[in-house]
Amino acid sequence: MIILATLRIAVRALRRNAMRTLLTMLGIIIGVAAVIAVVSIGNGAKAQVEAQIATLGRNVILILSGNVTRGGFRMGFGSAGTLTKEDYEAIRREIPEVTGISPEVRTMAQIATGNQNNNVQVLGVGADYLEIRSWALADGINFSEQDVRNAAKVALIGKTTATTLFGDGQAVGQIIRIKNAPFTVVGLLAAKGMAMMGMDQDDIVLVPYTSAMKRLTGATTFRSFSAQAASPKLLSDVQNQITDLLRQRHRIAPGADDDFLVRTQEEISQMATETSKVMTVLLAVIAGVSLVVGGIGIMNIMLVSVTERTREIGVRLAVGARSRDILLQFLIEAVTLSLLGGIVGIAAGMVTPRVLTANLGWPTLVSADSIAIAFLFSAAIGVFFGFYPARKAAQLDPIEALRYE
Amino acid sequence: MIPVIELHDLCKSYHTGEVEVQAVQGVSLEIRPEEFVAVMGASGSGKSTMMNVIGCLDRPTTGRYLFEGVDVGELSRDQLADLRNQRIGFVFQGFNLLSRTSALENTELPMLYSRPGLRMREQRNRAARALEQVGLADRAEHHPSQLSGGQQQRVAIARALVNQPRLLLADEPTGNLDTRTSIEIMGIFQELNRAGMTILMVTHELDIARYATRTVVMRDGRIVGDRPVTERLQAPVELRRLDQEHQAIQLAP
Repeated sequence: MIILATLRIAVRALRRNAMRTLLTMLGIIIGVAAVIAVVSIGNGAKAQVEAQIATLGRNVILILSGNVTRGGFRMGFGSAGTLTKEDYEAIRREIPEVTGISPEVRTMAQIATGNQNNNVQVLGVGADYLEIRSWALADGINFSEQDVRNAAKVALIGKTTATTLFGDGQAVGQIIRIKNAPFTVVGLLAAKGMAMMGMDQDDIVLVPYTSAMKRLTGATTFRSFSAQAASPKLLSDVQNQITDLLRQRHRIAPGADDDFLVRTQEEISQMATETSKVMTVLLAVIAGVSLVVGGIGIMNIMLVSVTERTREIGVRLAVGARSRDILLQFLIEAVTLSLLGGIVGIAAGMVTPRVLTANLGWPTLVSADSIAIAFLFSAAIGVFFGFYPARKAAQLDPIEALRYE
Repeated sequence: MIPVIELHDLCKSYHTGEVEVQAVQGVSLEIRPEEFVAVMGASGSGKSTMMNVIGCLDRPTTGRYLFEGVDVGELSRDQLADLRNQRIGFVFQGFNLLSRTSALENTELPMLYSRPGLRMREQRNRAARALEQVGLADRAEHHPSQLSGGQQQRVAIARALVNQPRLLLADEPTGNLDTRTSIEIMGIFQELNRAGMTILMVTHELDIARYATRTVVMRDGRIVGDRPVTERLQAPVELRRLDQEHQAIQLAP
């Protein structure tokens, strides 16, 4: 039998009970819409996290110093200060794939100019730092290698800090006092926005790490380095090389634990997206359950339909329909039902995220994948839940079906 | 010439609950092409069960059934369906039309299941021709609920004819119709028969049986009588007589 003719019969049968058809479809509509909406919310959250990770820079490798154990408590990586200036220079010298590396010295300090002052994070870094973090300058220039060697009293200030200290006025060329030491502002950093945990990345002052160690912290070791690999493909190779080099330099016996930690940007972003991924999967599963419930609704209504139309099935069998024709007819009816529901559900699923974004400000991202999957899934549900009623119809005995009252 | 139907010692029993019912108990029958046979019998005589077997809707329990020389007992379910589709036309007492479906589409129904399939246009044309044959060309778009009983039965006959079958099976075709309409239906059958159609009709009305060429009488699952119709009725003649009678009592103008 021609599929087109079967489709016509199916559509007619569905139209005959328009209300029933609509209610049955509602299960699939809600299920499909929920899946698409949930996945788009998950994707939106993931995209946001990824965008934030991207502010870290490109092909970045973080090297953190090891643990300090105090009274039985580990203080976490970065607390021990096992990284030295010599480590920094060795990595820079011996691993050619590292295109840039910068030590990091962090401290909070009171910064003042004129009658304004604020407590701001001061980061001592190398001249490569801006390049590694893909951080542009809005005004002025970066400090030079020479400034670093000389522990020059120069500073780059973040957008927020500049606004706090100078208002809308010119920042470059001004003198700021960090812990009472006068530093000349040579550059204004471009705004970078909020970090993952909600910290303002622009409330910061960058100074040469040598200056920070000498004039601000008095520390002799580093808690972390930021390095950059030449390309994403080299990331894990560079990671291994750094690990080997540092183990060798720190004289760590084979089998013993590292006293430092090397993490690539990729690993960091993976860790960050893991949580949102788990959440998305969980919600999508719940939404998927409603799809299955919708499928059971279809099966239920198809069973009713088969019983109601037993006589019709008998007539069709009597005039020469094969079992397969009857099977196909009811299967197509079920699939039409679920696909129509799927299409309406997709429309609803595409509108819902827009409404959420507009009203709640949630980031959402409707992916073509989730639409395709929802569409195929609703078709599959039609076939799966339509098969049993259709087979029941196809296996009817023609005489009994004709006699059915 | 090969008989259209050949039954050899056909038995059919079925179970209703615990009881086994011997509906047909050893029937042998031969129906030749272009015969018009009326099967008569009281209810429960096994005539409907025999019709179901002959119509390939059911299989015999024992015995053989040859349709045009082919042993039906050896055919698969699909082959039986194709046989019903191509070689046999059914007319039922209750018409069995699909409701909310036009007369034309009801007539097209068997062609939906024809293999190889027919083009839509061809289906439409053949259905229209079949409706014309039964005098319903002007009612093609009507739904069964908009048609009288006689008209519904004509649609059913058109449906039975549309695939140009060899055999027309009619189970109490006039059971739900008034006298005049019954005669009209018999007129259609006689015309078809004259054109070469083999017809097997179940009826319990003696008058209706007299339009056939041969009557077979069944009782308790067996054939107890089989003879040609001697004083055969002709539908046009009977219709004229009916009109005169109606005029006499002013039922018709």
